[in-house]
Amino acid sequence: MSMTSLSGGAFSGQSSPWASRIAVAAVHFFLMVLFLQNTGADTWASIGGFLFIHLYSVLVLAYWSKMERTAAGDTLIVTLMLEYVVMVLLFWDDFRSWPWSTFFGLVMVQVVAFAAVTYWKELRQAPPTAWFGLIVIMLYIMIAATAPIIAPFGETEIVGSEYEEWGEEYLLGTDNLGRDMLTRIVYGARNTVGIAFVTTVLAFVIGGLCGLLAATMRGWTDEVMSRIVDILMAIPSLIFGLLLLTIFGTSVLSLIIVIALLDSTRVYRLARAVAMNVVVMEFVEAARLRGEGLWWIIRHEILPNIMPPLVAEFGLRFCFVFLFISALSFLGLGIQPPTADWGSMVRDNATLITFGEPTPLIPAGAIALLTVGVNFVVDWFLHKASGLKE
Amino acid sequence: MSTDSTTAEAGGDRKGEVILQMRGLRIEGRADEEWHEIVHGVDVVLRRGEVLGLIGESGAGKSTIGLAAMGFSRDGCRISGGTVMFDGVDLTKASDEELRRYHGSRIAYVAQSAAASFNPAHKLIDQYCEAPTQHGIQPRREAEAEAIDLYRRLQLPDPENIGFRYPHQVSGGQLQRAMTAMAMACRPDLIVFDEPTTALDVTTQIEVLSAIKGIVEQFDTAAIYITHDLAVVSQMADRIMVLRYGNLVEEGYTRQMIQDPQKDYTRDLLAVRSFRKPPINEENPEIPLVKVDNVTAAYGKLVVLKGVSMEIHKKRTVAVVGESGSGKSTTARVITGLLPPLEGEIQYDGQTLPRDYRKRNKDELRRLQMIYQMADTAINPRQRVADIIGRPLEFYLGLRGDEKEQRVRDLLEMIELDPDQFYARLPGELSGGQKQRVCIARALAAEPEMIICDEVTSALDQLVAEEILKLLQRLQDELGLAYMFITHDIATVRAIADEIYVMLQGEVVENGPKQDVLSPPHHEYTELLLSSVPEMDPDWLEGLLERRAAGTAPSLPGSGN
Amino acid sequence: MHDILKMIARRLGFGLGTLLAVSIIIAGAVELLPGDLAQEILGQSATEENLAQFRKELGLDKPVYERYLTWLGGMVQGDFGKSLANQREISELMGVRLKNTLYLAAIAAVISVPLSLFLGILAALYRNGIYDRTVNVTTLSSISFPEFFVAYILIFVLSVHLDLLPSISNISEDLDAGERLRRAVLPALTLTLVVVAHMMRMTRAAIINLLASPYIEMARLKGLKPGRIITKHALPNALAPIINVVVLNLAYLIVGVVVVEVVFVYPGLGQLLVDSVSKRDIPVVQACCLVFAMTFILLNLLADVLSILSNPRLLHPR
Repeated sequence: MSMTSLSGGAFSGQSSPWASRIAVAAVHFFLMVLFLQNTGADTWASIGGFLFIHLYSVLVLAYWSKMERTAAGDTLIVTLMLEYVVMVLLFWDDFRSWPWSTFFGLVMVQVVAFAAVTYWKELRQAPPTAWFGLIVIMLYIMIAATAPIIAPFGETEIVGSEYEEWGEEYLLGTDNLGRDMLTRIVYGARNTVGIAFVTTVLAFVIGGLCGLLAATMRGWTDEVMSRIVDILMAIPSLIFGLLLLTIFGTSVLSLIIVIALLDSTRVYRLARAVAMNVVVMEFVEAARLRGEGLWWIIRHEILPNIMPPLVAEFGLRFCFVFLFISALSFLGLGIQPPTADWGSMVRDNATLITFGEPTPLIPAGAIALLTVGVNFVVDWFLHKASGLKE
Repeated sequence: MSTDSTTAEAGGDRKGEVILQMRGLRIEGRADEEWHEIVHGVDVVLRRGEVLGLIGESGAGKSTIGLAAMGFSRDGCRISGGTVMFDGVDLTKASDEELRRYHGSRIAYVAQSAAASFNPAHKLIDQYCEAPTQHGIQPRREAEAEAIDLYRRLQLPDPENIGFRYPHQVSGGQLQRAMTAMAMACRPDLIVFDEPTTALDVTTQIEVLSAIKGIVEQFDTAAIYITHDLAVVSQMADRIMVLRYGNLVEEGYTRQMIQDPQKDYTRDLLAVRSFRKPPINEENPEIPLVKVDNVTAAYGKLVVLKGVSMEIHKKRTVAVVGESGSGKSTTARVITGLLPPLEGEIQYDGQTLPRDYRKRNKDELRRLQMIYQMADTAINPRQRVADIIGRPLEFYLGLRGDEKEQRVRDLLEMIELDPDQFYARLPGELSGGQKQRVCIARALAAEPEMIICDEVTSALDQLVAEEILKLLQRLQDELGLAYMFITHDIATVRAIADEIYVMLQGEVVENGPKQDVLSPPHHEYTELLLSSVPEMDPDWLEGLLERRAAGTAPSLPGSGN
Repeated sequence: MHDILKMIARRLGFGLGTLLAVSIIIAGAVELLPGDLAQEILGQSATEENLAQFRKELGLDKPVYERYLTWLGGMVQGDFGKSLANQREISELMGVRLKNTLYLAAIAAVISVPLSLFLGILAALYRNGIYDRTVNVTTLSSISFPEFFVAYILIFVLSVHLDLLPSISNISEDLDAGERLRRAVLPALTLTLVVVAHMMRMTRAAIINLLASPYIEMARLKGLKPGRIITKHALPNALAPIINVVVLNLAYLIVGVVVVEVVFVYPGLGQLLVDSVSKRDIPVVQACCLVFAMTFILLNLLADVLSILSNPRLLHPR
């Protein structure tokens, strides 16, 4: 959050590329130090290395700023990944003590920050709702990334008696087993959001790929796949999900696979429909007549033209999956204890509501807040994408 | 019936009185969250019974001005300055309620696409009767009787019953006339015709034009006729205003303007169809480059080509002419292998080509290139000019790196675009004509022997189209290409063809060298097609209609259908 | 008219085929069970005899297709088999609960359909105005809320703090109509809130899409009053999209009911399904799934048939 407010408030106007890049690098640096300190590593020895790395990345940025925006963005992400590899190798001993997910989360924070810098021009015109959404998403990513650092207790640690009230020691009280509520909520960001994210990605890989293939190949491939999807979609997904989970059991892996498969039918429909609109264009016909292969056509002619609707759909699908998993967890059939998860936290502590305590509303609200945020961003994105067409 | 005679008389009495006066009209359009002026202070005066032609290329603001004459602007547009005085009332200041009283009863509108502008859920006559009954001009029964009378006057077939059909049950030309009838319903003082014949075939266009001209004269209605075609407007209008980029270029009486244009731009518009390819005097070689041999093809069960044969020789331009649905584009699809024929075959240089393009080898594909009508959809909006032109170089010729870049630059020079400026552009940053040039360059990059040009100029403004034709001709002279030129536009054929094939309903009805086909005696259909092309002569339409009535010129079989 | 009958017949045939395919999937899903069903249910400690007995009872010793046909035959006749958990007839278990669920969905539908159509059309007519923007943000937020969030907020406010309505909706046959309705208000309200936002957004989009068409512009240029433009020109063509929106949301209602029933401990089909899933009572789960899927398919079928019937191009062929 500090990142967005920094680049938002201090730098506007023409000077922004350099200034905001340095700002982002500085924030990055500051975070690194913070994390290293908290993980008890030999911080000060590492700082020199970090400085070096950041000097280098700012130089790279300066060089790429001459390039086309998207190309620079893509290249930057790749560079950042490389940068992390270098860091891991250089500071292996420090990093070894980190959970891998913290590491992954840091990469995400960086990517988001740099995306914010590269798309600054668009962002500045974004409506307040979109800003709200972006800040919420950033906040969630940072909480998820740094959960072990932020959380006062361990994820499954029983720290007190059951249902303790809000107070100094347990900010939000304790749950039905005497675990710290705040800790569980912080870890829930990681578990619930992470699982939903992975599921959505999987659904997109499966559904998107099949949809693109169906649209490009047409003929019986399309016919067969579309009929199968029609039938699978004839069963409401929550019901189908319940049936499949009864059979395969409720492990996280089967949860991810079942929901990803169910959701990939929706992705398939959309990917096929939007790809179909592009496939009938004459530039695709021209590519076919040139003798280009299927993959070349998909990669170079179709995919770049359907990215905006697919990106928007990713946001919407994520919300759907996220709510879906939460609903399942709430029903006791999703993410299983003792893993901290918002849906099951609502279920486990629901009795508090009847005593007039709002605590269970917090995890439920956390779910709602993120979906609202993502929906706001997607709405803005769709509005922009459709505005460009007119 | 009684109302129309009285209005006509009333109109007659006050003839010459100014009915519409727009002064300093400014209109803004919204793009990228900002307002941009698109019409920069235009003055228009229109008297009762007068027809004013608004002409200009795309982006001239002619439709916007036409709608502004009704005090109306589309979503995303607004009238930002000036006055629109209609019969003494400023429409720009009128309330919605007042505007509503004028619309449909005193000012009416005829849209470009009749098929989209009729409500699919209601019968034609119900939509006709709406304005007179809603404005309280006449009861339903009278309105219906008048509708039938108007349908008859507009030469619609079966006028008693056609009104009881739904829009989708009636053809495009008929719908356009039904819409004119609807506009006439309340005997308005002014009708705005917004490109009413642009979407129609030439032979249908004639009928709609004559019907509109007839009805406007009978009722002495003032009209604004908007079009991009100077030949069409010179048939319809008493006075013409030439517009460009939202400014007035020239204004004058039709005959005067056609004979003696004052501005260069008007002169260019008038001279637009003057380009002619010099005739070739060599004999055709024995073996044609491409031979279409007795091809029959179908989409599913619908047979669209019946025994079509064609020969296209090296360095020649073969024009394939016909109206929509005649099978000319299908022939091109069969040649390229996109639609494998049911019977017959395609020979290239004496060798039979595989029917399906997927079975053809790289070299066979390379030698035969294609350019499309809509340059917008023919190039990928997400690829840069360099990539669009560079891909065939890489794919067919294996060029890479500097070699490829140099060749792309050469090709850009060849199509008269500055390489330094255009090399890295995206299609969205190009104009329509420039996009079409990029398409040409992409075809040239493959180093083909023949290029199929499918209506390549029909989506372009006339001046731009002429430039493209000249470019194609120059390339043919330099590179010795053969062209198969598919078009519905006789003027284009006159300009560029060596040989002509005339197609009708999936068959070739006449073919031969240009001078033979274009000079009499013609096949009946060719004659109809040729005679239907509007000429820049204000008397042309009347003359043609007289000749057709006298039976000395062919008319559409079962005229009025 | 001939064509349209043929189209409807084709659609009905397709619906029937889908139903059959879905029944195969639901029946076949059990076959995907990793390992042996009997073992799975009776646990590791079960003896061989017990297992064999159990298999015979469920017909697990017979070939797959035979089991499917018996199962399907039973379903068609209303015989859903016996519950594994308590050995009761499933049809008996489901009867009352199905009625309860339909009761709840019906209340929600009766409130939400007219309300959201009205609000949606209003938003479309005054689009980009303050009302529209407010509505956009509000509905976008509320479709993002999980059902249980809405439910608990309602309980927290209306039931716990204001003490207006019961937070537990344990209705039964012997309650009088007024009391039943009172107990069903909170779950119905939750469903309504969730569905209204969806339906309203979709209605708004459909109407705006329609208002952009050239024939609406033509109607305006004919000087017609706004009311007439909406009723005579927009609505007849809006019928198909609106029917679609309504039916889609009714289908959504059927599914949304599951979570809401659990929150309010409402004795409906959704509650039964969830209970059975946690007990792994497979025959009951199958039966419930089939009933839900069937409702869903029938609703979609209804939407398609109605949109065919409201299309003037199909009603009046050339």
